[in-house]
Amino acid sequence: MRNAFAKAITELAIADERIVLLSGDIGNRLFDDFKARCPDRFYNCGVAEANMIGVAAGLAMCGLRPVCYTIAPFVTYRCIEQIRVDLCYHRLPVTIVGTGAGLAYASLGGTHHSCEEVGMLRLLPEMNVLTPADAMEVRALLRATFQQDQPTYMRIGKKGEPVVHSAPPAGLSLGQSIPMRAGKDLCLLANGVLLPIVLQAADQLAAEGITAEVISFPTVKPLDEAALRRVFAEHTLVASVEEHSVLGGFGSAVAEWLADHPHPEARLVRFGTPDTFYHDIGDQDEARAHFGLTADAIANSLRRNLTVACSP
Amino acid sequence: MKTLPQQRRPAQVPFGAAHTDLAEVARNLRYQIVQMSHASGAPHLGSSLSCIDILVAAYWLTLRIDPAAASAANRDRFILSKGHAAPALYTCLAARGFFPEAWLDTFAVHGGKLAEQPAPNCAPGVELATGSLGHGLPVGCGLALAGRIQNLDYRTLVVMSDGECNEGSVWEAAMFAAGKSLGRLTVVIDYNKWQATGRSDEVLALASLHDKWSAFGWDATEVDGHDISALAAAIAPRGEATGRPRAIIAHTVKGKGVSFMEDDNNWHYRIPDAAEVEHAAQLLATP
Repeated sequence: MRNAFAKAITELAIADERIVLLSGDIGNRLFDDFKARCPDRFYNCGVAEANMIGVAAGLAMCGLRPVCYTIAPFVTYRCIEQIRVDLCYHRLPVTIVGTGAGLAYASLGGTHHSCEEVGMLRLLPEMNVLTPADAMEVRALLRATFQQDQPTYMRIGKKGEPVVHSAPPAGLSLGQSIPMRAGKDLCLLANGVLLPIVLQAADQLAAEGITAEVISFPTVKPLDEAALRRVFAEHTLVASVEEHSVLGGFGSAVAEWLADHPHPEARLVRFGTPDTFYHDIGDQDEARAHFGLTADAIANSLRRNLTVACSP
Repeated sequence: MKTLPQQRRPAQVPFGAAHTDLAEVARNLRYQIVQMSHASGAPHLGSSLSCIDILVAAYWLTLRIDPAAASAANRDRFILSKGHAAPALYTCLAARGFFPEAWLDTFAVHGGKLAEQPAPNCAPGVELATGSLGHGLPVGCGLALAGRIQNLDYRTLVVMSDGECNEGSVWEAAMFAAGKSLGRLTVVIDYNKWQATGRSDEVLALASLHDKWSAFGWDATEVDGHDISALAAAIAPRGEATGRPRAIIAHTVKGKGVSFMEDDNNWHYRIPDAAEVEHAAQLLATP
């Protein structure tokens, strides 16, 4: 995903002279092409994220379109007050891209995990929160980001994530979900990089004759409320799946929507990380397995929930 | 806002006026600031009074700004990073014609335009919402960098407090500005030797500010922060697009100009009563 981001931002910057890329001393060689083509619009801001956000604010006040890039926890938790005051309070069109989000850097330890930052940023007024599932959604959302004027956070993975879409979803705008497959027995709302796992879980259920609708939700804020309205009208079991805490993230956003738009027949199940750190030594797959974020675990849980939901 | 007896309104003293005229301007602005605190109940009087001469030197002698074109792309940028001294900024902007002086009467009043600390785009000439310390210099770095990217020759002037130098983001920005050679960026530190609850050299190891800024790659100078001519001379060099940023450490007195407030940190929070406003008017009426 980060390679897709680097390629996409380079193409966009060649066409749009307002784009300035700020890096927090990360992405060794990743932006060589950007630097070669836009030499006066790339700045390594060092290991100083608070300042990087302030610099981006100043650039945006002068009509430029800065993008701040570094590892997700550092470009969010470390400088949350700068994001709130400099970017959101002033409603500046600055894009923050957090790489290695969720459990992508599981093996580096808890300092590098980010399973709370979607919730933190979602709370901030004016802020868009984007969670693309694959390289194609990165490209489509990045393009859409520069066609609007609000501060925007995009969390991406690192490298080698499965590519789900055959092409960037055409005409994708912020706040729009993407239908992946139809199904009548339940609906799976997939958020971000767990989309392939959600599709695998749906495959497992399909093999047993249970058909699951699957929708990719690459935007947590603004939320695609029209899609939720339809989904909760048509399904009695709806599940959200995200590589983020069940507190505050995508599943929370859906639960909040459901609280405001009651569907007494419908049941929401949220899959995500619990309210705890991951203390084991393990890679991303092992951390996901620890938290039940695998196709098997999700399918098993859904089978149980279907039984409960359907019992008299 | 009333003006001191037998004195011109600050708005009647033009850009580039003589030092004696500007000293009169500063006394009037101080009186307006005292009245604003009394009328609104808003604190931080000592902080506003300590930096007002810096702002007079900037707004009457150095900044390339036009109140009629407050958003011009090539205007000089001024950021009052110590947002709690907002009355100092508001009175200068009103006097220089950025907005009607009547707006000062609605300072910190529900429905008014001028909040206790500057809000985003609250008034022409206010470049940044401040109040949380340590934000002005990083944003100032961005403004200065944008000027270089866009081939504009405006300069960026950031006024900070000494207590503000506690914030880590200030030093991140200091390294960034020197590292990227932001030659058209200037910082003035209102070194009034106090922060909210103690001496700024004692709360944290602040001294020497001159040595710190020099060590961070800035051209640092020290100046009497109440000598408007000396301040203007120190601020005047506009710098080059690529060069060393400049830090001016302005030695000031908190509460300057009103003797019973001078160097008394109670006036960080105290609000003057009517008798104290009258006393201040007498003290400020003559040089």
